[in-house]
Amino acid sequence: MKKPLSFHFFSFVCLLLIAYQAVEVCAAPGSSKKQSSYELMTAENKAMQDDSTLNPAMFWVGDGETLWNAKPSSNKSSCASCHQDGKKTMRGVAAQFPKVVNGKLQTLEGQINQCREGRQDLPKLAYESKDLLALTTYIAIQSKGMPIAVKESPANREALQTGKKWFYERMGQLNLSCAQCHEERAGLKLGGSLIPEGHPNAYPIYRLEWQTLGSVQRRLRNCMSGVRAQQFEYGSPEMAQLELFLMWRARGMPLEAPGVRP
Amino acid sequence: MSKTSRTAITMPAQAKKGSIIEIRAIAQHDMESGFRYTEGGKIIPRDIIRTFICTYNQVEVFKADFYPGIGANPLIIFTTIATETGVLEFKWSGDDGYEATNQARITVS
Repeated sequence: MKKPLSFHFFSFVCLLLIAYQAVEVCAAPGSSKKQSSYELMTAENKAMQDDSTLNPAMFWVGDGETLWNAKPSSNKSSCASCHQDGKKTMRGVAAQFPKVVNGKLQTLEGQINQCREGRQDLPKLAYESKDLLALTTYIAIQSKGMPIAVKESPANREALQTGKKWFYERMGQLNLSCAQCHEERAGLKLGGSLIPEGHPNAYPIYRLEWQTLGSVQRRLRNCMSGVRAQQFEYGSPEMAQLELFLMWRARGMPLEAPGVRP
Repeated sequence: MSKTSRTAITMPAQAKKGSIIEIRAIAQHDMESGFRYTEGGKIIPRDIIRTFICTYNQVEVFKADFYPGIGANPLIIFTTIATETGVLEFKWSGDDGYEATNQARITVS
């Protein structure tokens, strides 16, 4: 009599454990704990991101600092002329973008270009150009470790809703939405790799596959070409709306910029 | 790739005589393999770092040849024995006149 009873108890405990794990896996991102794709990386890649002497993105930080302080010419102002020491004034800035500035939704890259055109009287920098990435990285690293602070507001509500629509809308010849992989199937595998929850909490990232640094928009365009969809243009309003929704979805997560990803 | 670029050295500033020290040397470089094509179908010429040399008080202690299969922004980690107080010099040279140097001081007690 004794044996089956203890066996029943054992299986009951097992069932409880399984049920508990199932709940853990099913917990939707956003509802409880969000997982950074950092957690999915190998120890070597984690070390590469954490140790600034190993992280190649630090070269862009150095380049960015030089650009920040450099006066383009004697009659033109540098970033530092208005914003002084970026290490102090840019603290927390990257955690708030994309943000509505003067009625227009701006990404961090967009705001840098807005400053260049409007204040410095310089031409816009091309997306994914070394200089724009360097400035973005220099600004982003000042918020390293700070929680993403994008909130819903009357000013950004409409853009946030549109961004949400992009996230849940099927696109491309494969007819997939972002959510189908990065929400419903996050933690499962696509090919050999784990599907991350898709939080933009480490951008700009040094991606080993790219062999260089890249923006979140480059990464988003990657997924879009993966599902055989027409990619949103760099710097387009659609990109900004999607980026806004993703940052809002990742709100509260600490920024890891500049991240390293495989 | 420009004629020179940023480099970074990580190594201890002090060491005991006879101890093994770890040196990390990273250089910013695209390491263009020469096997890739542009969207227009033109081959992109090879542009890589060819050699890396480390000298310790003018004595060569480490040398490496680089090849097109090595990725961008190459990092080299190697060790040497702390023999005397002095300067370690690091020199990277490569295609298209690329040259970068860096140095670090070490006090050996």
